[in-house]
Amino acid sequence: MSTSQAIGSEKAIKVMSQSTQRNNAIYARRRLVNGFNMLAATLAMGFGLFWLFWILWTLLQHGLSGLSTDVFTQITPPPGSKGGLANAIAGSLQMTFFGILFGTPIGILAGVYLAEYGERGWLAPATRFINDILLSAPSIVIGLFVYEVYVVTIGHFSGWAGSMALALLVIPVVVRTTENMLRLVPNSLREAAIALGAPQWKVIMYVTLRAAKAGVITGILLAVARISGETAPLLFTALNNQFWSNMNQPMANLPIVIFQFAMSPYEDWHALAWAGALLITFSVLTLNILARWFASKNNSTH
Amino acid sequence: MENNQYSAHLKRQMLLDSVFRVATRFFAFLVLAMLIGILVSLLIGAMPSIRHFGWGFLTSSEWDPVTEQFGAVVPIFGTLITSFIALLIGVPISFGIAIFLTELCPPMLKRPLGIAVELLAGIPSIIYGMWGLFVFAPLFGEYVQPWILENMGDLPLVGFLFQGAPMGIGIFTAGLILAIMVIPFIASVMRDVFEVVPPMLKESAYGLGGTTWEVVRYVVLPYTKTGVVGGIMLGLGRALGETMAVTFVIGNSSIFATGLFEAGNSIASTLANEFAEANGELYLSSLIQLGLILFFITFVVLSCSKLLLLQLKKQEGRSS
Repeated sequence: MSTSQAIGSEKAIKVMSQSTQRNNAIYARRRLVNGFNMLAATLAMGFGLFWLFWILWTLLQHGLSGLSTDVFTQITPPPGSKGGLANAIAGSLQMTFFGILFGTPIGILAGVYLAEYGERGWLAPATRFINDILLSAPSIVIGLFVYEVYVVTIGHFSGWAGSMALALLVIPVVVRTTENMLRLVPNSLREAAIALGAPQWKVIMYVTLRAAKAGVITGILLAVARISGETAPLLFTALNNQFWSNMNQPMANLPIVIFQFAMSPYEDWHALAWAGALLITFSVLTLNILARWFASKNNSTH
Repeated sequence: MENNQYSAHLKRQMLLDSVFRVATRFFAFLVLAMLIGILVSLLIGAMPSIRHFGWGFLTSSEWDPVTEQFGAVVPIFGTLITSFIALLIGVPISFGIAIFLTELCPPMLKRPLGIAVELLAGIPSIIYGMWGLFVFAPLFGEYVQPWILENMGDLPLVGFLFQGAPMGIGIFTAGLILAIMVIPFIASVMRDVFEVVPPMLKESAYGLGGTTWEVVRYVVLPYTKTGVVGGIMLGLGRALGETMAVTFVIGNSSIFATGLFEAGNSIASTLANEFAEANGELYLSSLIQLGLILFFITFVVLSCSKLLLLQLKKQEGRSS
């Protein structure tokens, strides 16, 4: 009797310890899987940062040695002689400036429509949808479009065509941020202005747009950052120019000069291309960071 | 008298109001018109080639400017395969980054690391191209490729993919660089959608004893799957249309590539390389038709992405 009891309890203990063992095995496996996957996630993060730093390091390494005052004062040289990037830098600045000048008002007004009038009707949802697609549409197609409508019509490549292509890239970025920022403006502000008898255009221009000013500027900065590095839409619009030019002629610009120089077999052109690459990347990254700083300032006021 | 003045003032303001309204409406419409304009102008530009080649343009792999025989198979295939490689590498990495940023990262580092990943998207594509051509490709061709060619070139079935000369540039390099370029887009969408998962759901799962991985796998991922797919499609849309980075490293050959390390061509790189020098109406319009095809493919992909993300928002029940 007592022996059989002992055997029974022994069995029970055995079963119990077996099940704890099994449980422990499951726990261990789950922990292992978790640990492995979390390690993989951390490595993925490291992988992403690794490329960022590698690319920036390369740019500093190759670009700093090519950077001198010549870069800002001399025009692009023929292979074998000394020169700089002055005309390309000036061309890029001009086309970016005019691109922003044409694109921003259109973008802001379209964004205003989406945010302030866009509750009913078919136009606003359709525009919102299409705008988001244009935001990621291949920029080379925008270049083709401007080539078809403008370059072919007037018969030659020009700085204006380049600015037009850039303006078309600016619009979706500005529309998106303007709408988002206007939506953050509390309705009580609008109601207060309307209660004072202000007509709607004044409410929008003097109250809501002003309240969203920092956000709209963020959008513009992001747009500048986006277009100042764009090469593809300029390939068949602004083309390139080895000398100084006005807006009505083919125009030198940094990205295409970098492209041309980097693809060439000449060492001194390569050095200039790296210097240009360094300039472009660091101005674009600075603009990006500036835009984010502006945006965080805007968020903290609400 | 005074009353009159007021009503005149009122009338003017009402007029201005409607003018303003119509103006903003017009500019919103302009955005729509832009899309239609792009489509129509490309279609008109591509007309000579459409008439001349018909559907054969989509099935011929010949691309010969001298005899004016053009077919889109090689560039279309190059675009699709490089984007596919980019997603194959980029999606798991982006998923890892999103998990790290939402679940593992110490709060203090969250913002700087998030910005660092987004800066990767800010680097102009031409810089990726230059870096790929001058820095990455030589290293890859010298150290990594010979090893792969030697050890994987003889594998049954897939071995043919890993044959060729170790040049460094080629379809695989283009795909890898595209992967680095789309990671920030996919990762930031994934992070954003992971963050909308209600904390209650996650905490319940943690309360039942789930590990971080199990919470992500069985709670976060099912809840956000449409958003995740939308993010991936967004990355795909970006990869398909990327021009400069691919142009630098793909090798630009209009011959059908059978291996991953061979030179190829994508739609965008063909346009970038040949458009400015194209002479002859047929050559030019064939290139424009390539652009039209590219626009059409990205349009479909991006529309799917947008619809999926909208669906997630609806499912969420409130706008975020």
